[in-house]
Amino acid sequence: MSKVKPRGKVPKKASIDEIIEIKTIIRHPMHSGRMKDKDGKLIPKNIIKSFKAEFEGKEIFKMELEASISSNPYISFPYKAKKSGTFNFEWADDQGNKYNMKRKMKVA
Amino acid sequence: MKLQKLSFISRRKAISLIAGTSIAINLPSISQAAENKALKRINEITNNKGAKELDIFFDVPEIAENGNQVKVNFEIESPMEKDDFIKNVYLLADGNPSPDVAKISFSPEMGSCAATTRMRLSKTQNVYLLAENSKNEFFMTNSKVKVTIGGCGG
Repeated sequence: MSKVKPRGKVPKKASIDEIIEIKTIIRHPMHSGRMKDKDGKLIPKNIIKSFKAEFEGKEIFKMELEASISSNPYISFPYKAKKSGTFNFEWADDQGNKYNMKRKMKVA
Repeated sequence: MKLQKLSFISRRKAISLIAGTSIAINLPSISQAAENKALKRINEITNNKGAKELDIFFDVPEIAENGNQVKVNFEIESPMEKDDFIKNVYLLADGNPSPDVAKISFSPEMGSCAATTRMRLSKTQNVYLLAENSKNEFFMTNSKVKVTIGGCGG
């Protein structure tokens, strides 16, 4: 199985009150629990079930994912830049694994 | 003269009757749609209050060649201020094994209400967007996506 790997894109610099776009993607198979492997056995359900974005410790965006979301879930959303700080993104899957990623942004 | 006038009225009545029956014929299709899974789920989420149809910018492809990766993009006009913002957006699909696709929660800090993601569609179906604002009012829109499987046409 390929390794789960989060990636994200946040502009390094932004001006005050600019609406920036944050793009995130995580490499994850998102097994829906309905697909079968080569031997005809059902692959147990394992999906990314939640995604959360925080800025300086405050939650700004949250998404609850179901099996109907594609593998390697891609999520993008806007954010209004007010001050410099760090974004923290967190994904959680059915097996209890958590994946974190941090991105810094400078506002001038 | 009197007779002529009378006949004119009855003709008008006849036309309105015909129009009325054609509307009545259309009605059963609406009640059938209410039985689908996604609309049932919408009723559950809204506590049977129902949702207003609203013209939301909801961008899904008309024809998806690959049902595994269907891009969904939406943008809702909202001031996004502390007392008036879009709180939750639900994505639902009526032809998938389970109607729920995603629940997205927004915060007023975002400045605008939009998001993009990719979803799976098992067959040609309607995709619904249900939005809830901070006053607990619901709005919805839907769009039909044709899914082509193996190039055979949907």
